[in-house]
Amino acid sequence: MRHASAIGMLLGAVAGIALGGTVMAESAKQHPDKEQVIKIVAQRFSYSPSEIVLKKGQPAVLEFTSLDFVHGFKIPDLNIRADLPPGKITRVRITPEKAGVYDFLCDNFCGAGHEDMNGRIIVRG
Amino acid sequence: MINRRDFMRLAAVGGGAVFVSGLGRSALAADSTGSVAPGYDEFFFVQLSDMHWGYAGPANPDAANTLKKAVVTVNALEHQPDFIIFTGDLTHTTDDPKERRTRLAGFREIVSELKVKNVRFIPGEHDASLDNGAAFKEFFGPTHYSFDHKGVHFVVVDNVSDPGASIGDAQLDWLKADLLKQANDAPIVVFTHRPLFDLAPKWDWATRDGAKAIALLMPYQNLTVFYGHIHQEHHHQTGHIAHHSAKSLIFPLPAPGSQDKRTPLPWDPAMPNNGLGFREVEAEVKEAQYKITEFPVTRG
Repeated sequence: MRHASAIGMLLGAVAGIALGGTVMAESAKQHPDKEQVIKIVAQRFSYSPSEIVLKKGQPAVLEFTSLDFVHGFKIPDLNIRADLPPGKITRVRITPEKAGVYDFLCDNFCGAGHEDMNGRIIVRG
Repeated sequence: MINRRDFMRLAAVGGGAVFVSGLGRSALAADSTGSVAPGYDEFFFVQLSDMHWGYAGPANPDAANTLKKAVVTVNALEHQPDFIIFTGDLTHTTDDPKERRTRLAGFREIVSELKVKNVRFIPGEHDASLDNGAAFKEFFGPTHYSFDHKGVHFVVVDNVSDPGASIGDAQLDWLKADLLKQANDAPIVVFTHRPLFDLAPKWDWATRDGAKAIALLMPYQNLTVFYGHIHQEHHHQTGHIAHHSAKSLIFPLPAPGSQDKRTPLPWDPAMPNNGLGFREVEAEVKEAQYKITEFPVTRG
């Protein structure tokens, strides 16, 4: 299976993936010459924010805090996934190389609203 | 007369499983009396899936009755199956371990009304993912196992007790060892809950290490997979291996990846059972074959 288990996943550390694109989250600080850091809270059954805007070619770090469960974070089309254990910060580094919309979801079954725990990354050129 | 639109036939002949859909029993019968020609009815089993006992919501206002109605329908089948298998999500998930057991007990009580007593169960993520299958095992035993029936080897693979939908290396080792006892052309059926292949990863319709399982299945030329999880009939090939998903008995879901969200299809009060159902599968075991060599009176 070509899932990203070997890619882009480090618990409590930074995982790096070159994807080609720019990342800009509404809640993220803008550091034109540095990596953007985008803080995302995961809890049953949502991510906040659930829509993240990135800029093509601009490195970003998705910084996850899970509040209540070892949620998953998976972007199927980019072959990225990570476990998000509570009590620690999980960072996923991403440099999107291609504009587009990429769905992500929790891929660790977390309860009755699991099917609704998803979001999307919009990569603008 | 029972509607047999979901009738499926596995014919282990000619070097591969043959899948025939949309056939009623009459289509398989050899005469006009409705009796089935000898040889067609080696045996068959019934698959029911995704009952979600305990669900309450607008996607099925009749949720308290749907499973009970299906049990009545199975009991009314003209020909009772050799066995019945429930391929997961027997119950709807709950965070409360006590309530989980109440739902499992309620489900078990309802299906105890089935006439056929050879009934097998496998878990779905709603039954098992929040406690790694602990409650399921209390009620129904192991979450992965194999058995033989009239010449067919059946294997149950658990891809839900891990909330991350991994089968896991230990179970994969068991699967490999189990299959090694079979000839490469033996008729084999695999039951699982989630699809073993990447059907719609953005909807979590996949098994994280399913490719490892499929790699173990590939040497077997006469192998078919039946699963649930996606609440609809779906047919897919990975090489020579066919994968057939079953309908649900709670609410139908949209076609894989056909829309943004995997929300249940709306309840239709005019057709309350629309999109729901179960299937029976007929297995025709390979007949003895004889290689015949003709000789002339003299040779040379």
